[in-house]
Amino acid sequence: MIRVELVQLVRRPRTWVSIALLCALPVIVAVLLSTTEIGPRPGEGPALLSAVLSNGALFPAASLGMVLPLFLPVAVSVVAGDSVAGEAATGTLRYLLARPVGRTRLLVAKLTSTLAFVVMAVVAVGLTGYVLGRTLFPSGSGGSVAVPVSSLSGSTLSPREVALRTMLALAYIVWSMLGVAAVALFLSTFTESGLAAALGSLSLLVLSEVLVGLDAASALKPYLVTRYWLSWVDLFRDPILWHDVRHGVLLQGGYVVVLLGAAWANFMTRDITA
Amino acid sequence: MTEPVIVTRSLFKRFGPVRAVTDLDLVVPAGERFGFLGPNGSGKTTTVRMLLGLVFATSGEIEVMGERVPRHSRAALRQVGALVESPAAYGHLSARANLALLDAAGPGGRRRGRRARIGEALLTVGLDTVGRRPVRTYSLGMRARLGLAAAIVRKPRLLVLDEPTNGLDPMGIREVRELLIRLNDAGTTVFMSSHLLAEVEATCTRVGVVDRGRLVLEGALDDLRGPTGRVLLHTPDAGRVASLLDGQVVEREGDRVVLRGISVADLTARLVAGGVRVSEVGPERRTLEEVVLSVTGAGADRHSATLVEEILRDPEERPR
Repeated sequence: MIRVELVQLVRRPRTWVSIALLCALPVIVAVLLSTTEIGPRPGEGPALLSAVLSNGALFPAASLGMVLPLFLPVAVSVVAGDSVAGEAATGTLRYLLARPVGRTRLLVAKLTSTLAFVVMAVVAVGLTGYVLGRTLFPSGSGGSVAVPVSSLSGSTLSPREVALRTMLALAYIVWSMLGVAAVALFLSTFTESGLAAALGSLSLLVLSEVLVGLDAASALKPYLVTRYWLSWVDLFRDPILWHDVRHGVLLQGGYVVVLLGAAWANFMTRDITA
Repeated sequence: MTEPVIVTRSLFKRFGPVRAVTDLDLVVPAGERFGFLGPNGSGKTTTVRMLLGLVFATSGEIEVMGERVPRHSRAALRQVGALVESPAAYGHLSARANLALLDAAGPGGRRRGRRARIGEALLTVGLDTVGRRPVRTYSLGMRARLGLAAAIVRKPRLLVLDEPTNGLDPMGIREVRELLIRLNDAGTTVFMSSHLLAEVEATCTRVGVVDRGRLVLEGALDDLRGPTGRVLLHTPDAGRVASLLDGQVVEREGDRVVLRGISVADLTARLVAGGVRVSEVGPERRTLEEVVLSVTGAGADRHSATLVEEILRDPEERPR
């Protein structure tokens, strides 16, 4: 069943269209930046972007910073929200279950394919960023004008360190997106509308974002799903600030465990009338 | 001798305040073609879904292929092919790809022999020449055929089919009937639900009628439609029959005459002797329609009228 789901994911045009769209944003930004060479002032605009003009090695991370707040969660919500609800809507859910595919197995397969999508999307954006960074911006190896990469704290980072930290950032972002996926998958087990599940999960993210910015909600802040999303930027400080990253990993893990548990409990006991 | 393939004991299902199935005791013996007859909303689909472990019973027991459902659904359902309510498939894939995914998804779906299995199923339902067209371009009838192909691709010992002829034209309905009879002859038990009396009568060997979630009639079709002891005669000389066999004619309408108290053999001899031309003669059998009418009419159940009306209603105007 897991293999079937992965094959489905790869065969579905939607997967590739959404990944292509995700990659389009960094391409547009890269072209604009490299032709105009007008970078955002330090401290403004997407994370790390101002540093890119002097060295493209940070562009993969900067690309992820661009898609992370909105586009990536939207794509993940759509895929995860559609996973069970979409099967219910087309009626194929009842045939899969009668085949028989166990309900737990089906849910695990859906989760796996969602995870695969998240990894594919994040890696695709990262790779796009890498290629763009090497070709359109001064790079450490080929270009003569490249300035050594400096961390957000001002010290110099070796290419090796940049690569390592970028990988860590990728992993952190995948993990953060799993929280979104868990929310959408959970909602997906309740409805026959993939759209409703996706929008539901996005509403929760928007709510979380609003509350993160609200001082009156400070007591809730450490538990909001989007609170530590941008903490991966701390991986580019010197030394790395682990505090928020660690909290983020734990918090997302909590969301994943609780919501997947709830999704499983609901799906196991639900009458499939679709 | 043969173990029943489906047994339900005091099966109840409620959806909130609605009782979908009430105290259903059903036994489907192996080897039969069982017609599960009832109007829309009588609990047929809910029962089918419970048999397949999709819907959980409020109370009562279900056994399919000797295994408890839903506890041992996996063991039970791997011997079952199903068509539930309407066929469904992934619209962006071809028939072949759809069947391959379904085959691979469940137990026993080895790659070895898959092509052959799928090819055979598609050939059986007459979809072998559609090629790589995606299913979303299919007509309703083609989708119905694909649904049947999906049900039989694993060569199940039991077919559970919910309204298998929905969306088919008369030719397709006949093909499906012949297919089911052929599969049944080869040893597959068929359990099909339908709201069409004529269809069940033409296809099935055994009938169960449900109304408002209750089983109101169950038995072998031949027993139910047993001879009435009367003789049915078709003749262009109906008037002369009446004078020749006065007192034994029960009904006369056009060229149709019903007689009682005389065997077919004696009647034929008398008619030949009397020079009466005969176009058709034989023992009168009750139609399933009459049986259902008599059963549901006998009770004081006010809703039985709606049952009969519903069953007799034209399929086209049936609400979805």
